[in-house]
Amino acid sequence: MPEASDTASSPPGLLESIGRSTARGLETLGFGASLLGQSLYWLVLGRRRHQPVRAAPAFAEMMQVGIHALPIATLLSFTIGLMLAIQGIDALEPFGAQHQVVLGVALSVTREFAPLITGILVAGRSGSALAARLGTMTISNEVDALRVMGINPVRFLVVPSLIAMVVMLPALTLWADLVALFGAGLYVSADLGSTFTAYVDQALRYLHAEDVMRGLTKSVLFAILITIIGVANGARVRGGAEGVGAATTRSVVQAITAIVLTDMIFVFITTR
Amino acid sequence: MRAASPQNASTPVIQVDNLVAHYGEREILHDVSLTVLPGEIMVIMGGSGSGKSTLLRHLLGLERASSGSIRLLGKLLGELDDLGQYEIYKKIGVAFQGGALFSSMNLGDNIKLPLREHTNLDADTMEIMLRLKLEIVSLAGFEDLMPSELSGGMIKRAAFARAIIMDPTLLFCDEPSAGLDPVVAAGLDELILRLRDALGMTIVVVTHDLDSAFRIADRIAVLDKGELLALDSAEAVRNSDNPRIHNLLSRHFVEETLDPDEYLARLTGGSRNRD
Repeated sequence: MPEASDTASSPPGLLESIGRSTARGLETLGFGASLLGQSLYWLVLGRRRHQPVRAAPAFAEMMQVGIHALPIATLLSFTIGLMLAIQGIDALEPFGAQHQVVLGVALSVTREFAPLITGILVAGRSGSALAARLGTMTISNEVDALRVMGINPVRFLVVPSLIAMVVMLPALTLWADLVALFGAGLYVSADLGSTFTAYVDQALRYLHAEDVMRGLTKSVLFAILITIIGVANGARVRGGAEGVGAATTRSVVQAITAIVLTDMIFVFITTR
Repeated sequence: MRAASPQNASTPVIQVDNLVAHYGEREILHDVSLTVLPGEIMVIMGGSGSGKSTLLRHLLGLERASSGSIRLLGKLLGELDDLGQYEIYKKIGVAFQGGALFSSMNLGDNIKLPLREHTNLDADTMEIMLRLKLEIVSLAGFEDLMPSELSGGMIKRAAFARAIIMDPTLLFCDEPSAGLDPVVAAGLDELILRLRDALGMTIVVVTHDLDSAFRIADRIAVLDKGELLALDSAEAVRNSDNPRIHNLLSRHFVEETLDPDEYLARLTGGSRNRD
């Protein structure tokens, strides 16, 4: 991940600071990969190591990540649906093709807008919360306390969050699909003077299960990215409360960057 | 009283051989060796920057040593797999300096966490064990409070309760008296002595508090600038004629002696040496 260079040390040369930033970026990447590997390890082998992953904290996380995000996710996706419908009709009008707006809206919502907006929303809400919580626990020795109690912190803190995120982000995305299409439908049927049923018929004709599935697959990738980036930043906090704030900000910026880049790569591979 | 542990009375509970530790480029511990015997209270004493916290983190297996070895309960740290580590950590308790209580759980849940994670006891038994330990640290009736609602002394005592909930054979205490008024601090010293006498624990205390150290220690390890100056009975340390120990004990601040060139170089940020 790109990162601002360290300004605390004595003024380094340009080359040196580029080198250092690169090294730190690679280190973060490696740390994230190892976190993901450890999470899978404890998920699969935890029981045999006397350290099973518990369901209760995962469900508690799901409430936080998913259920509590429903109102804002609903508002955002409804607005996006409306906005797409307005733009779509306006853009197609010169060609007299307003009725084709449904195709554009249906595909762009399910393939792009719903997963992207939900991902960015959850990165801002839950990825940052994860980084802040882990950061605070790190600087107050709570993570060390877990370790010396024989409780693996990855198993105890990271895996429940990862499960919650991987379950709830696609669920939220599916919800966002429905709400955005509903919002678009309201505007389209009112503006073009057709019925809402006709809009639904048309949308269902254009939409394939594959379009929705691609969006949901992406949201699973986003979920993993948000969790790992939040944890990696939180676990490496140094320097008190200020460090926690910096890590929280960094985790949001990095997660959103990673989401957009991954989206582009995913589309490049699957859609061309 | 000491429960079935694989050690007999003579084999050390902790054995550190030639431990060298770095923090980044800087060497923090230089060739430290020490042993802790079963049932004794060992105090690791030193000022700030002496390396005592670093030593503790290594004893707990939280840091990797640059060289040298640490044996805890007969097992070589750093060569343990997950299961081996788990077995060791079940037998030790740690009371951290700031308490390190989980801020999202109330006091009772904090203290019961090791029981929940490591045993299959039913809820009633856990509740009884919790009350038992709360009685020991004089916190009975406070189990429903959140850590943020506790005073500094209560947090330290709660940390003790959590550290001893699994009846460990080995207990570590990091700065038990730091930040407390003298009366509360003396109470914690009493508590440490009682735990050893009643439960037969081996206890390692890291502190900079001289009064507390001499009150509870069987043996004292004096650490200064990453070097182990002495490892002896409290009496022998008190009567030591080593000038550095003497300075530490009489709270005498000694200014570093510098040669003038080095001093000038330091003031000018080293630029004088460059040209």
